[in-house]
Amino acid sequence: MTINQSGWKPEMTASDAGTAPATFTGNRALMLEEPLIFEIGSTKTTGVDFAAGDVAHDRLGDLTRKNPIGLPGLAEPEAVRHYTRLSRQNYAIDLGLFPLGSCTMKHNPRLNEKMARLPGFADVHPLQPVDTVQGALEVIHQLAHWLVTLTGMTSVAMSPKAGAHGELCGILAIKAALEKRGEGHRRVILVPESAHGTNPATAAFAGFAVEDIPATADGRVDTAALIARLGPDVAGVMITNPNTCGLFERDLRTISDAVHDAGGYVYCDGANFNAIVGRVRPGDLGVDAMHINLHKTFSTPHGGGGPGSGPVVFSDALTPFAPLPFVERQGDHFVLVEEENAGDHHADSFGRMVAFHGQMGMFTRALTYILSHGADGLKQVAEDAVLNANYVLRSLEDVLDAPFAGAGPCMHESLFSDSNFAEGFSTLDAAKGLIDEGFHPMTVYFPLVVHGAMLVEPTETESKAALDQFIGALRSVAERAKAGDPSLKTAPHHAPRARLDETRAARKPILVWKEPEAAE
Amino acid sequence: MRYLPLTPADRTEMLAVIGAPHVDALFADVPEAARLDGPIHGLPNHATELAVERHMTALARRNTVAGEVPFFLGAGAYRHHVPATVDHLIQRGEFLTAYTPYQPEIAQGTLQMLFEFQTQVARLLGTDVANASMYDGSTACWEAIGMARRITRRGKAILSGGLHPHYVSVAKTMARYTGDQLETALPNLSADTDLDQLIAAIDDDTSCVVVQYPDILGRIADLRPLADAAHAKKALLIAVVTEPVAMGALVTPGEMDADIVVGEGQSLGVGLQFGGPYVGLFGCKEKYVRQMPGRLCGETVDADGRRGFVLTLSTREQHIRREKATSNICTNSGLCALAFSIHMTLLGEAGLRRLAGLNHAGACHAADRLAQVPGVRLVTPSFFNEFTLDLGQEARPIVRALADRGILAGVSLGRLYPGEDGLANGLVVAVTETTTAEDVEALATALQEVLA
Repeated sequence: MTINQSGWKPEMTASDAGTAPATFTGNRALMLEEPLIFEIGSTKTTGVDFAAGDVAHDRLGDLTRKNPIGLPGLAEPEAVRHYTRLSRQNYAIDLGLFPLGSCTMKHNPRLNEKMARLPGFADVHPLQPVDTVQGALEVIHQLAHWLVTLTGMTSVAMSPKAGAHGELCGILAIKAALEKRGEGHRRVILVPESAHGTNPATAAFAGFAVEDIPATADGRVDTAALIARLGPDVAGVMITNPNTCGLFERDLRTISDAVHDAGGYVYCDGANFNAIVGRVRPGDLGVDAMHINLHKTFSTPHGGGGPGSGPVVFSDALTPFAPLPFVERQGDHFVLVEEENAGDHHADSFGRMVAFHGQMGMFTRALTYILSHGADGLKQVAEDAVLNANYVLRSLEDVLDAPFAGAGPCMHESLFSDSNFAEGFSTLDAAKGLIDEGFHPMTVYFPLVVHGAMLVEPTETESKAALDQFIGALRSVAERAKAGDPSLKTAPHHAPRARLDETRAARKPILVWKEPEAAE
Repeated sequence: MRYLPLTPADRTEMLAVIGAPHVDALFADVPEAARLDGPIHGLPNHATELAVERHMTALARRNTVAGEVPFFLGAGAYRHHVPATVDHLIQRGEFLTAYTPYQPEIAQGTLQMLFEFQTQVARLLGTDVANASMYDGSTACWEAIGMARRITRRGKAILSGGLHPHYVSVAKTMARYTGDQLETALPNLSADTDLDQLIAAIDDDTSCVVVQYPDILGRIADLRPLADAAHAKKALLIAVVTEPVAMGALVTPGEMDADIVVGEGQSLGVGLQFGGPYVGLFGCKEKYVRQMPGRLCGETVDADGRRGFVLTLSTREQHIRREKATSNICTNSGLCALAFSIHMTLLGEAGLRRLAGLNHAGACHAADRLAQVPGVRLVTPSFFNEFTLDLGQEARPIVRALADRGILAGVSLGRLYPGEDGLANGLVVAVTETTTAEDVEALATALQEVLA
């Protein structure tokens, strides 16, 4: 059933649009200005009560702290108010559609949060004897089984902490495999120019040389150019599928076969797995390693920039090189395989990437989500995500330039450019205009292969009504940009802040607060 | 399915707008051979909230909960009491379900919090600046070694034997691929840290010395001679803090002239969570800020002249610099940083000092009591809230035997350094404000029985 079937919307009155009087506080009704804790707190205040007790013992040697630290405290009600006020200056999925392309900002189910907070998961130490953490190890094992099955791969490394860390995991496995074969001289990783910035950064971090592969006019990897570049110096390719233009790389199987024939490996960036989960298995496309962002496809919250979680699935060829630790089932018992018991059949593991065992709090959330959806529900996730993106694409292609729309459907995200905007108007202006409409902007200026890219990923958790409102808002903003509406250049007008001076921030960085008298 | 708002009628209507006969047509670019004709085999279908809750609760019950037994584990993850306010606030949807603050006009909440976090961390560690967090302490440590390589243009790092063995393992894994040379050592089961050996090892090829403070056995050493020795050879001192509460009682590494101070922030706000997610702390001297990895939040003004905050110096980062970035890190640990920051704000300086004092007093009491157990020797005469015992016999089976009696006694050095006979008798015991005198007595009594 559609909520608000009548299509009611609030009318702006003349006084809303006019100049409102300044207020004494600087506040604007529910929009509350909030100072820094350093400006309102005191180093003598604490919001925590402690048990009475002796603190006189001193075995700190001669290293007892003598200088003040400068950490202000707030009483509990003040702290609650401070952070609640700050929270209200954020946009969030809970407030509305969050169409950041390649970020998969879907609804974060609260059951996930509840399950992660069960004391049996939240209050367990990573170094407890394994007999006392069998349930935790089973969670990891169950999630691993789902991830391996959904991707059609052989094994999964659970410990990587986020997507980019997962990329590193995959690339290190490739390097270890090459060294095992005595082909450590293969130093080149091929990366399509539409790739996420983390791909070339990861390859370089692991000591590889990065070479760009161009895109074709239809927004896909230039298969011929890629295959032509293969040779005895190429370690592998990093390819995103669906790619960052929102398109499925039709030739991936052909590319994989060619890369394998040439002695290389195929890394797939799984950031966009949401488009194909339950419908396509990357293992069927010849992929050797792929990270899965649990904070994208499997709904763990982004939290304002993390924590993420980036398990990596591996093919037969790379499985022996997977990092420690991992969990194995032996009868009814779950074993944590670490350095000491890696033994003969894991002797080729490339080692440890993190302290302890990975993002357990994200594993419980992701497993909760997966069990909720099941195999049938996950397939529906991919279908609705793709349906929503195509609906946005076809609803806006008359007003926005959609460079690849003519070639067929998109996957989970739709890509537009700013090429038909008026002189002097760009994607940035459209993005800031959307803020005034009450939406977080789409991903902007990425991928780099499209001028002024606007990458819209609505996800499957948006209703048709929400999509229609977003489409209406973006259409309105696009029309203003095409008409050269000068008020768009100074947008946002209704946000907690107007456009912020990023150049000033970078020129003379102020990264920590200093007492006013010490500021100069 | 409860998370999917589209109705069958919506789907039909939307397909008509798109001009596709069926949703399968939208997947036309997938090669025939890779298309699945139904749900993936071998996996169950969707389940109710109640059914999922039952399943997960049954799994959770199979773990021994730290808070329900006498509990003494540390070694890089500490059990502290987290005020209820922290978890309430981080679950506000505007924090929990926000993205990285790339649109600062509608992300001032996250950005101002990060600015406050950076300031808190810098003050706590005694550094000029700090970043907006890393994945955890172990990856922050490796990133610091890489940063020292870039600053000094040298490739040899000297790691103290007192550095957490997992942190050493992570560094070894990375060094194998980046070509860095690492000098590592094992700790000695003694009161003496390896400061003198570290000082002697520094040479003209050394990029950095990495030392943990307090170290893996709980020992505390004055880092100033080490800093001086490193600086005399134009090398950097990297200090690693795995227990930030200790900074409420101890001189900070920054005050002792460490160049980069990294840490694990889990102790404040985050909880044990079987090892993650945690939050990496990363601070350094101001002159090195442009070589720092990770996100940084900075102060600026908006078009109306009002103070505001933005992510800044992003020309160091992968989304701008690609293969020339200082690190490949993208997502960090924002929500854990928020939890850390809220907990720190509730504590304030007075609360942090009191908390540190309670931890230290409790540890002193426990160390004295446990040293009275026949056959047990206190290895570390000075410590903060974690110390090492020599049990006179292999500690690992003792820990297992105590677990069978419902006591989580600590971390055996056999678990941390398997196969190292010289360390096998060591048990690392952590005591925090959550440890009661009864817990200590229970451990002492049971230890005496098991050792006999």
